[in-house]
Amino acid sequence: MNTITKQQALYKYSLRLGDNALIHSYRLSEWCSNAPILEEDLALTNFALDMIGRAQAILGYAGQLGDMEKTADDLAYRRGEREYYNNLIIEMPNGDFANTIARLLFVSVYEFYFFSELQNSSDPTLAAIAAKTLKEVKYHMAHARDWVLRLGDGTDESRSRMQAAVSALWMYTGELFETDEAAAILQDANIAVDMPPLKEKWNAIVRQILADAAIAIPADEYMQTGSSKGVHTEHLGHILSEMQYLQRTYPEAIW
Amino acid sequence: MAVDSQLASWEVFMQSKPGANYIHAGGVHAADKNMALQNARDTYTRRGEGTSIWVVPTDAIVASNPDDNDMLFDPANDKVYRMPTFYTMPEGAKAI
Repeated sequence: MNTITKQQALYKYSLRLGDNALIHSYRLSEWCSNAPILEEDLALTNFALDMIGRAQAILGYAGQLGDMEKTADDLAYRRGEREYYNNLIIEMPNGDFANTIARLLFVSVYEFYFFSELQNSSDPTLAAIAAKTLKEVKYHMAHARDWVLRLGDGTDESRSRMQAAVSALWMYTGELFETDEAAAILQDANIAVDMPPLKEKWNAIVRQILADAAIAIPADEYMQTGSSKGVHTEHLGHILSEMQYLQRTYPEAIW
Repeated sequence: MAVDSQLASWEVFMQSKPGANYIHAGGVHAADKNMALQNARDTYTRRGEGTSIWVVPTDAIVASNPDDNDMLFDPANDKVYRMPTFYTMPEGAKAI
Protein backbone atom coordinates (compact mmCIF):
# COMPACT_ATOMS: atom_id res chain seq x y z
CA MET A 1 0.00 0.00 0.00
CA ASN A 2 1.48 3.33 -1.03
CA THR A 3 1.68 6.14 1.47
CA ILE A 4 1.93 8.85 -1.20
CA THR A 5 0.05 9.62 -4.41
CA LYS A 6 1.58 9.47 -7.87
CA GLN A 7 1.58 13.27 -7.99
CA GLN A 8 3.44 13.48 -4.67
CA ALA A 9 5.89 10.89 -5.94
CA LEU A 10 6.55 12.91 -9.07
CA TYR A 11 7.05 16.02 -6.94
CA LYS A 12 9.69 14.32 -4.82
CA TYR A 13 11.37 12.65 -7.80
CA SER A 14 11.64 16.00 -9.55
CA LEU A 15 12.94 17.72 -6.43
CA ARG A 16 15.75 15.22 -6.21
CA LEU A 17 16.78 15.78 -9.83
CA GLY A 18 16.55 19.54 -9.42
CA ASP A 19 18.43 19.54 -6.10
CA ASN A 20 21.27 17.47 -7.54
CA ALA A 21 21.67 20.01 -10.34
CA LEU A 22 21.36 23.03 -8.03
CA ILE A 23 23.81 21.90 -5.35
CA HIS A 24 26.37 20.52 -7.83
CA SER A 25 26.18 23.86 -9.59
CA TYR A 26 26.83 25.61 -6.29
CA ARG A 27 29.87 23.45 -5.58
CA LEU A 28 31.38 23.95 -9.05
CA SER A 29 30.78 27.69 -8.91
CA GLU A 30 33.01 27.75 -5.81
CA TRP A 31 35.90 27.06 -8.20
CA CYS A 32 35.33 30.42 -9.87
CA SER A 33 38.71 32.23 -9.70
CA ASN A 34 40.23 29.27 -7.81
CA ALA A 35 40.82 26.62 -10.48
CA PRO A 36 44.40 25.54 -11.30
CA ILE A 37 44.37 27.31 -14.68
CA LEU A 38 42.12 29.90 -16.27
CA GLU A 39 40.80 27.45 -18.87
CA GLU A 40 39.72 25.02 -16.14
CA ASP A 41 38.11 27.85 -14.22
CA LEU A 42 35.97 28.56 -17.27
CA ALA A 43 35.19 24.89 -17.84
CA LEU A 44 33.98 24.21 -14.30
CA THR A 45 31.90 27.36 -14.03
CA ASN A 46 30.53 26.62 -17.49
CA PHE A 47 29.33 23.26 -16.15
CA ALA A 48 27.86 25.11 -13.17
CA LEU A 49 25.84 27.21 -15.61
CA ASP A 50 24.63 24.08 -17.42
CA MET A 51 23.46 22.71 -14.10
CA ILE A 52 21.75 25.88 -12.91
CA GLY A 53 19.76 25.84 -16.16
CA ARG A 54 18.77 22.25 -15.52
CA ALA A 55 17.85 23.07 -11.90
CA GLN A 56 15.64 25.93 -13.06
CA ALA A 57 13.78 23.75 -15.54
CA ILE A 58 13.24 20.84 -13.16
CA LEU A 59 12.44 22.86 -10.04
CA GLY A 60 10.10 25.01 -12.12
CA TYR A 61 8.30 21.82 -13.10
CA ALA A 62 8.31 20.52 -9.51
CA GLY A 63 6.79 23.81 -8.37
CA GLN A 64 3.63 23.00 -10.31
CA LEU A 65 3.31 19.55 -8.72
CA GLY A 66 3.32 20.33 -4.99
CA ASP A 67 0.38 21.09 -2.73
CA MET A 68 0.84 24.81 -3.35
CA GLU A 69 2.09 26.27 -6.60
CA LYS A 70 5.68 27.50 -6.21
CA THR A 71 8.40 28.96 -8.42
CA ALA A 72 11.84 27.41 -8.90
CA ASP A 73 13.20 30.24 -6.72
CA ASP A 74 10.74 29.46 -3.92
CA LEU A 75 11.94 25.88 -3.93
CA ALA A 76 15.63 26.80 -4.06
CA TYR A 77 15.61 29.55 -1.45
CA ARG A 78 12.84 28.60 0.95
CA ARG A 79 13.23 24.94 1.65
CA GLY A 80 15.02 23.64 4.73
CA GLU A 81 17.81 21.10 4.70
CA ARG A 82 15.50 18.20 5.53
CA GLU A 83 13.34 19.02 2.51
CA TYR A 84 16.31 18.79 0.13
CA TYR A 85 16.81 15.45 -1.60
CA ASN A 86 20.11 15.84 -3.45
CA ASN A 87 22.47 12.85 -3.17
CA LEU A 88 25.09 13.14 -0.45
CA ILE A 89 28.02 12.98 -2.89
CA ILE A 90 26.78 16.20 -4.47
CA GLU A 91 27.02 18.27 -1.28
CA MET A 92 30.47 17.04 -0.24
CA PRO A 93 33.04 19.86 -0.14
CA ASN A 94 35.13 20.35 -3.27
CA GLY A 95 38.38 19.31 -1.58
CA ASP A 96 41.30 19.52 -3.99
CA PHE A 97 40.96 19.52 -7.77
CA ALA A 98 41.25 15.72 -7.94
CA ASN A 99 38.38 15.37 -5.48
CA THR A 100 36.13 17.66 -7.52
CA ILE A 101 37.04 15.73 -10.67
CA ALA A 102 36.39 12.34 -9.06
CA ARG A 103 32.90 13.50 -8.06
CA LEU A 104 32.31 14.94 -11.53
CA LEU A 105 33.26 11.58 -13.04
CA PHE A 106 31.02 9.53 -10.72
CA VAL A 107 28.08 11.89 -11.11
CA SER A 108 28.38 12.60 -14.82
CA VAL A 109 28.65 8.91 -15.77
CA TYR A 110 25.60 8.29 -13.58
CA GLU A 111 23.73 11.21 -15.14
CA PHE A 112 24.71 10.17 -18.65
CA TYR A 113 23.01 6.79 -18.26
CA PHE A 114 20.21 8.20 -16.11
CA PHE A 115 19.17 10.88 -18.60
CA SER A 116 19.66 8.49 -21.52
CA GLU A 117 16.91 6.39 -19.95
CA LEU A 118 14.79 9.31 -18.74
CA GLN A 119 14.49 10.47 -22.36
CA ASN A 120 12.03 7.58 -22.76
CA SER A 121 9.98 8.57 -19.72
CA SER A 122 6.22 8.68 -20.21
CA ASP A 123 6.31 12.11 -18.52
CA PRO A 124 6.84 14.46 -21.48
CA THR A 125 8.40 17.29 -19.43
CA LEU A 126 11.01 15.07 -17.80
CA ALA A 127 11.70 13.39 -21.15
CA ALA A 128 12.29 16.75 -22.82
CA ILE A 129 14.57 18.01 -20.03
CA ALA A 130 16.47 14.72 -20.19
CA ALA A 131 17.10 15.06 -23.92
CA LYS A 132 18.50 18.56 -23.48
CA THR A 133 20.56 17.65 -20.42
CA LEU A 134 22.13 14.66 -22.11
CA LYS A 135 24.15 16.85 -24.50
CA GLU A 136 25.63 18.77 -21.59
CA VAL A 137 26.30 15.73 -19.46
CA LYS A 138 28.17 13.98 -22.28
CA TYR A 139 30.63 16.84 -22.28
CA HIS A 140 30.98 16.88 -18.47
CA MET A 141 31.72 13.17 -18.61
CA ALA A 142 34.38 13.51 -21.33
CA HIS A 143 36.05 16.31 -19.39
CA ALA A 144 36.06 14.40 -16.10
CA ARG A 145 37.30 11.23 -17.77
CA ASP A 146 40.20 13.01 -19.44
CA TRP A 147 41.29 14.54 -16.15
CA VAL A 148 41.02 11.26 -14.23
CA LEU A 149 43.23 9.57 -16.85
CA ARG A 150 45.65 12.48 -16.85
CA LEU A 151 45.96 12.74 -13.08
CA GLY A 152 45.91 8.98 -12.44
CA ASP A 153 48.54 8.36 -15.08
CA GLY A 154 50.51 11.51 -14.25
CA THR A 155 53.06 12.28 -11.53
CA ASP A 156 53.35 10.51 -8.17
CA GLU A 157 51.57 13.40 -6.53
CA SER A 158 48.71 13.59 -9.02
CA ARG A 159 48.17 9.84 -8.83
CA SER A 160 48.14 9.81 -5.03
CA ARG A 161 45.65 12.71 -4.96
CA MET A 162 43.41 11.05 -7.54
CA GLN A 163 43.55 7.78 -5.61
CA ALA A 164 42.73 9.53 -2.33
CA ALA A 165 39.76 11.27 -3.94
CA VAL A 166 38.33 8.07 -5.43
CA SER A 167 38.82 6.20 -2.16
CA ALA A 168 37.17 8.96 -0.12
CA LEU A 169 34.13 9.39 -2.37
CA TRP A 170 33.47 5.76 -3.21
CA MET A 171 31.20 5.18 -0.21
CA TYR A 172 28.90 7.92 -1.47
CA THR A 173 28.32 6.28 -4.86
CA GLY A 174 25.98 3.49 -3.70
CA GLU A 175 23.29 5.99 -2.80
CA LEU A 176 22.98 7.18 -6.40
CA PHE A 177 21.20 3.93 -7.27
CA GLU A 178 18.82 3.73 -4.34
CA THR A 179 15.12 3.44 -5.07
CA ASP A 180 12.57 4.91 -2.69
CA GLU A 181 8.78 4.69 -2.61
CA ALA A 182 8.38 7.65 -4.97
CA ALA A 183 10.69 6.10 -7.56
CA ALA A 184 8.94 2.73 -7.28
CA ILE A 185 5.50 4.30 -7.86
CA LEU A 186 6.80 6.21 -10.87
CA GLN A 187 8.56 3.22 -12.30
CA ASP A 188 5.24 1.39 -12.41
CA ALA A 189 3.96 4.30 -14.51
CA ASN A 190 7.02 4.18 -16.81
CA ILE A 191 8.08 7.62 -15.61
CA ALA A 192 11.12 6.81 -13.47
CA VAL A 193 14.38 5.14 -14.49
CA ASP A 194 15.01 1.50 -13.56
CA MET A 195 18.07 1.58 -11.30
CA PRO A 196 19.65 -1.93 -11.23
CA PRO A 197 20.59 -1.93 -14.97
CA LEU A 198 21.87 1.63 -14.54
CA LYS A 199 24.15 0.56 -11.72
CA GLU A 200 25.61 -2.20 -13.88
CA LYS A 201 26.38 0.21 -16.71
CA TRP A 202 27.85 2.75 -14.30
CA ASN A 203 30.07 0.15 -12.68
CA ALA A 204 31.36 -1.13 -16.00
CA ILE A 205 32.39 2.27 -17.35
CA VAL A 206 33.70 3.77 -14.10
CA ARG A 207 35.77 0.69 -13.33
CA GLN A 208 37.18 0.74 -16.86
CA ILE A 209 38.17 4.41 -16.60
CA LEU A 210 39.76 3.93 -13.17
CA ALA A 211 41.65 0.87 -14.41
CA ASP A 212 42.92 2.85 -17.42
CA ALA A 213 44.02 5.59 -15.03
CA ALA A 214 45.91 3.06 -12.86
CA ILE A 215 43.66 3.93 -9.91
CA ALA A 216 42.80 1.08 -7.51
CA ILE A 217 39.06 0.49 -7.22
CA PRO A 218 37.86 0.58 -3.62
CA ALA A 219 35.90 -2.36 -2.21
CA ASP A 220 32.12 -2.03 -2.14
CA GLU A 221 31.87 -2.05 1.63
CA TYR A 222 29.87 0.40 3.68
CA MET A 223 27.82 2.82 1.59
CA GLN A 224 26.49 6.09 2.99
CA THR A 225 22.77 6.71 2.73
CA GLY A 226 20.11 9.15 3.86
CA SER A 227 19.30 11.80 1.29
CA SER A 228 16.13 10.16 -0.02
CA LYS A 229 14.73 10.81 3.48
CA GLY A 230 16.19 14.31 3.57
CA VAL A 231 18.97 13.27 5.96
CA HIS A 232 22.19 14.99 4.95
CA THR A 233 25.80 15.45 5.96
CA GLU A 234 26.73 18.56 7.92
CA HIS A 235 27.78 20.22 4.65
CA LEU A 236 24.39 20.89 3.07
CA GLY A 237 23.29 23.14 5.94
CA HIS A 238 26.33 25.36 5.37
CA ILE A 239 25.58 25.61 1.66
CA LEU A 240 21.96 26.54 2.28
CA SER A 241 22.76 29.07 5.00
CA GLU A 242 24.92 30.96 2.54
CA MET A 243 22.71 30.42 -0.51
CA GLN A 244 19.46 31.31 1.24
CA TYR A 245 20.74 34.09 3.49
CA LEU A 246 19.46 36.97 1.40
CA GLN A 247 15.95 35.61 0.82
CA ARG A 248 15.65 34.60 4.47
CA THR A 249 16.78 38.02 5.69
CA TYR A 250 14.98 40.14 3.10
CA PRO A 251 12.01 38.06 1.90
CA GLU A 252 10.81 39.01 -1.61
CA ALA A 253 14.05 40.89 -2.32
CA ILE A 254 14.58 41.18 -6.07
CA TRP A 255 17.18 42.73 -8.33
CA MET B 1 60.30 36.56 -16.65
CA ALA B 2 58.45 34.02 -14.55
CA VAL B 3 58.35 30.50 -15.90
CA ASP B 4 54.99 29.73 -17.49
CA SER B 5 53.60 26.92 -15.34
CA GLN B 6 50.28 26.77 -17.22
CA LEU B 7 50.97 24.02 -19.77
CA ALA B 8 51.79 24.55 -23.43
CA SER B 9 50.33 27.38 -25.49
CA TRP B 10 47.91 26.80 -28.38
CA GLU B 11 46.31 29.14 -30.91
CA VAL B 12 42.59 28.87 -31.50
CA PHE B 13 40.84 29.44 -34.82
CA MET B 14 37.07 29.56 -35.05
CA GLN B 15 34.72 29.15 -37.95
CA SER B 16 31.54 31.12 -37.42
CA LYS B 17 29.45 29.21 -39.96
CA PRO B 18 30.00 26.33 -42.39
CA GLY B 19 32.16 27.42 -45.32
CA ALA B 20 33.42 30.58 -43.63
CA ASN B 21 37.11 31.30 -43.08
CA TYR B 22 38.68 30.22 -39.81
CA ILE B 23 39.53 33.34 -37.84
CA HIS B 24 42.04 33.60 -35.04
CA ALA B 25 40.08 33.82 -31.78
CA GLY B 26 42.93 33.80 -29.25
CA GLY B 27 44.97 31.28 -27.30
CA VAL B 28 44.60 28.63 -24.62
CA HIS B 29 46.91 26.55 -22.46
CA ALA B 30 46.68 22.77 -22.67
CA ALA B 31 48.75 19.63 -22.20
CA ASP B 32 47.75 17.98 -25.47
CA LYS B 33 45.54 18.44 -28.52
CA ASN B 34 42.37 16.98 -27.00
CA MET B 35 42.66 19.18 -23.97
CA ALA B 36 43.43 22.16 -26.22
CA LEU B 37 40.22 21.53 -28.14
CA GLN B 38 38.17 21.24 -24.94
CA ASN B 39 39.71 24.35 -23.46
CA ALA B 40 39.10 26.25 -26.68
CA ARG B 41 35.49 25.13 -26.62
CA ASP B 42 35.06 26.30 -23.02
CA THR B 43 36.89 29.56 -23.54
CA TYR B 44 35.59 30.74 -26.90
CA THR B 45 32.32 29.05 -27.84
CA ARG B 46 30.13 29.45 -24.79
CA ARG B 47 27.67 31.78 -26.50
CA GLY B 48 27.26 30.00 -29.79
CA GLU B 49 30.10 31.77 -31.58
CA GLY B 50 31.16 28.95 -33.83
CA THR B 51 30.49 25.75 -35.70
CA SER B 52 34.06 24.46 -35.86
CA ILE B 53 37.36 24.92 -34.03
CA TRP B 54 40.99 24.46 -35.01
CA VAL B 55 43.75 24.42 -32.43
CA VAL B 56 47.38 24.74 -33.46
CA PRO B 57 50.47 24.56 -31.21
CA THR B 58 51.71 28.13 -30.89
CA ASP B 59 55.28 27.08 -31.71
CA ALA B 60 54.07 25.59 -35.02
CA ILE B 61 53.25 29.09 -36.22
CA VAL B 62 55.98 30.95 -38.05
CA ALA B 63 55.64 34.68 -37.59
CA SER B 64 57.24 37.49 -39.51
CA ASN B 65 59.61 39.79 -37.64
CA PRO B 66 58.29 43.34 -37.19
CA ASP B 67 61.83 44.57 -38.01
CA ASP B 68 61.29 43.23 -41.52
CA ASN B 69 58.12 45.21 -42.07
CA ASP B 70 59.82 47.70 -44.43
CA MET B 71 61.06 44.90 -46.62
CA LEU B 72 57.86 42.89 -46.52
CA PHE B 73 55.11 45.45 -46.69
CA ASP B 74 56.35 48.81 -47.91
CA PRO B 75 56.83 47.86 -51.58
CA ALA B 76 53.11 47.31 -51.82
CA ASN B 77 52.25 50.72 -50.44
CA ASP B 78 53.97 52.98 -53.00
CA LYS B 79 52.60 51.31 -56.11
CA VAL B 80 49.16 52.77 -56.36
CA TYR B 81 48.42 50.85 -59.54
CA ARG B 82 48.21 47.72 -57.42
CA MET B 83 45.04 49.09 -55.84
CA PRO B 84 41.70 48.62 -57.59
CA THR B 85 40.89 52.24 -56.75
CA PHE B 86 43.69 53.36 -59.11
CA TYR B 87 41.51 52.53 -62.07
CA THR B 88 38.51 54.64 -62.96
CA MET B 89 35.29 52.83 -63.46
CA PRO B 90 33.81 53.19 -66.96
CA GLU B 91 30.55 55.05 -66.68
CA GLY B 92 27.51 52.84 -66.90
CA ALA B 93 29.43 49.62 -66.16
CA LYS B 94 27.31 48.40 -63.33
CA ALA B 95 28.39 44.78 -63.25
CA ILE B 96 32.07 45.35 -62.40
